[in-house]
Amino acid sequence: MKLQKNTLFALYSVLESASHPERQLSAAEIARKYGISPHHLAKVLHTLARAGVVESVRGVGGGYRFAGNAKRLTLMDVIALFESIGAPARGSRRRQAAGIAVERALESVLAEIDEIAKATLRSISIATLLKLMERQRRR
Amino acid sequence: MKARVRNVRAGDLAQVAAIDAEITRLPKPGYWAGIYRRYGGGRRQQRFFLVAEAAGRIEGFVIGEVRDWEFGSPRCGWVFAISVRPGARLAGVGSRLLEAICEGFRRLGVGKVRTMLARDNQLILSFFRSQGLMAAPFIPLEIDLE
Repeated sequence: MKLQKNTLFALYSVLESASHPERQLSAAEIARKYGISPHHLAKVLHTLARAGVVESVRGVGGGYRFAGNAKRLTLMDVIALFESIGAPARGSRRRQAAGIAVERALESVLAEIDEIAKATLRSISIATLLKLMERQRRR
Repeated sequence: MKARVRNVRAGDLAQVAAIDAEITRLPKPGYWAGIYRRYGGGRRQQRFFLVAEAAGRIEGFVIGEVRDWEFGSPRCGWVFAISVRPGARLAGVGSRLLEAICEGFRRLGVGKVRTMLARDNQLILSFFRSQGLMAAPFIPLEIDLE
């Protein structure tokens, strides 16, 4: 499974801000850390701010601060702001009409994989992922 | 008041069954009597049935056992039920129950704990994830019998 760039940038931003909830982080600061375009990241942060995941703080030293509930906000909540996981596969109309058995069987297997991916992403909160990062750092 | 985790007693069973019925909306008294016979009464054949008690009331329970060599898998602790009374949640009761059963498994020399959950049960999935459980190298399979 591969996430789109915007989604990854959003997850970086959410995890960065949630790991320092007392700090305001600028788009430039996050962009520098992950080697990504600040302009691109600013758009992502704007979407996150509109969804109430981060809040924008104006003025000197302004930036973005985590505004969500890290124990309740899941990876899926963030991902869903940017892309749809497991959108139904579309075969051609002619093939769909013919109801080709192979296509149907493959779709049911792919749907099974999507369901597992979605359940995993829904079960992991930002707080859980931060704990996981901490455990991996200690190893 | 902090809940105390201990082995289940026969007198707890009605409260355990009531917690389960409140959560699942499916009373099953016969099932609970059977579970108590097999898992109750202290540590029994590598089986655990623990309850969390606060102020004389049962706030939650956990049940599990040690399983050996299922499809070639070395022994592991298996948790197949954990529930906390809805009004007693967010106070660490579930964490204490899981810690206690894991401690029991550790004492028996077990180094791995597993469970299996419905993938649409986000509440309990999130709980186990928050306790550090990761996906296991197994895939659950089923079939409708005709």
